[in-house]
Amino acid sequence: MSISSSDIAYIAQLARLHLSDTEASEAASSFSNILKLIDQMQSANTEGLTPLSHAIEASQSLREDIISETIQRDELQKLAPRSGHGLYLVPKVIE
Amino acid sequence: MFESGIAEISRRLAAGEFSSEELTSAYLKHIHQHDARFNSYITICDELALSQARAADAARAKGKGGDLCGVPIAHKDIFCTKGIRTSCGSRMLDNFIAPYDATVVEKFNQAGMVMLGKTNMDEFAMGSSNETSYYGVVHNPWDTERVPGGSSGGSAAAVAAHLAPAATATDTGGSIRQPAAFCGLTGLKPTYGRVSRWGMIAFASSLDQAGTMTRSAEDSALMLNVMAGHDPKDSTSINVAVEDYTSSLNKPLNGLKIGIPVEHFAEGLNPALEQKIREALGVYEKLGASIQEISLPNSHLSVPAYYVIAPAEASANLSRFDGVRYGYRCDNPQNLEDMYKRTRSEGFGAEVKRRIMVGTYALSAGYYDAYYIKAQKIRRLIKNDFDKVFTEVDVIMGPTSPHTAFKIGVQNNDPVTMYLEDIYTIAVNLAGLPGLSIPAGLIDNLPLGLHIVGKTFSESQLLNIAHQFQQETDWHLRTSGI
Repeated sequence: MSISSSDIAYIAQLARLHLSDTEASEAASSFSNILKLIDQMQSANTEGLTPLSHAIEASQSLREDIISETIQRDELQKLAPRSGHGLYLVPKVIE
Repeated sequence: MFESGIAEISRRLAAGEFSSEELTSAYLKHIHQHDARFNSYITICDELALSQARAADAARAKGKGGDLCGVPIAHKDIFCTKGIRTSCGSRMLDNFIAPYDATVVEKFNQAGMVMLGKTNMDEFAMGSSNETSYYGVVHNPWDTERVPGGSSGGSAAAVAAHLAPAATATDTGGSIRQPAAFCGLTGLKPTYGRVSRWGMIAFASSLDQAGTMTRSAEDSALMLNVMAGHDPKDSTSINVAVEDYTSSLNKPLNGLKIGIPVEHFAEGLNPALEQKIREALGVYEKLGASIQEISLPNSHLSVPAYYVIAPAEASANLSRFDGVRYGYRCDNPQNLEDMYKRTRSEGFGAEVKRRIMVGTYALSAGYYDAYYIKAQKIRRLIKNDFDKVFTEVDVIMGPTSPHTAFKIGVQNNDPVTMYLEDIYTIAVNLAGLPGLSIPAGLIDNLPLGLHIVGKTFSESQLLNIAHQFQQETDWHLRTSGI
């Protein structure tokens, strides 16, 4: 299955990636090869099989609902590209 | 002293042949002197390592500290380390200094081990050659024109070049075992859930597992003793008792039933490499094991299914990199959308973007059933194949990789060629099983690996089987001569 440049643009938008024209045309050709690889799956008869999302089919472990974390807002916000007044700063969203 | 693995270093530290500080400073000097040729480290931790070494010496002087107290190791730069940059091989995290240690790192610190530095890797562990790192290609110590394998290529090159006695690594589709094979090392990927993933930057959460890159099976057992165990902070870590992985290293192998998958000895395997693998199997026969052919009939579907499941999980995991809370942010964003897009486009490299796109596509409306659900059904088929085979044999053996290390630059034009690198290792991750690669020969002075796969939580048995081979052969002692 091949893929069109408008498909590539749509996927890039979903993934929040900006692709240059060169990147987009490279993506289209490598995508087609990857899809050819992936499409080998269609040859397998998987009728009646339950999908396996996880190799170890254990039930999720639960714990008591007790406070285990301390507030480290200042320390964590030091990692942010921009922060101030205890907030993460981003470009203006609402005019 | 640079030839010693961690078991030997532990004995020599205990005997007082050298102190941890002497050893650590010799290693640091060695790294600064030689690593320019290999590029195996992203960050070297001179100050921290020396202070950890001094603390270890003080503990030993008081009769405190365990066997590994004062033994230096390196950590793959995917494990968060408090106060030391954790880049994951990406521009996105070039400035990221984690506020906490990964559980794995914390356990090694508690054991008194010394962190020499953080090793290079394919960006976000996506690659099989260590050519996708933002910090540049890693060179294989056996031939610096060749790749060390990936994604744990820096860990493998550092240990093989004697710039660390051992290192941590991670494996999502073969990222410990293939570089171990290419660099002549013992590489163990434990059962999924055996080692905590907390603080290990996620690529594909249902496949990622931390393990060891060492000079011997004994060293690997010592490291796993530290790393393994349930972690309440990782809800997918499994609450199964931790064994002493060194305790059964010396068990005889009489009666061991080895299965060799016909599919792994078929077209595509280098004939000289096949010959070496068959010679290694001969060693096991001499040790009392029996060998029978088995079939993993769906193994050809493992790479296609993996390249849906892993990118799908990656596309979700990597959506956290948005330029808001940590990591890279583009200059002068015009608005929020522009900030997300340019941050991610400038912060991620080509292979990472490719996999995010493939994963996004596979999960998108209209394709979810045809790709993602289909891949999960094939994952079931692959697991069923293993379950069936393990009613007949104890372990499965074959080549780790179809060939020895390839030249830098020759396989990175077509992503699919690179994806097929992991043809023998990927199914093991899909089924969550433990797997190990041990050195089993040389072709034109390049190492190759024997791949050993066991049942869930059979790490002790795998290490026993590997150790017995290493008592009979000296491939694991061969070095690149650097």
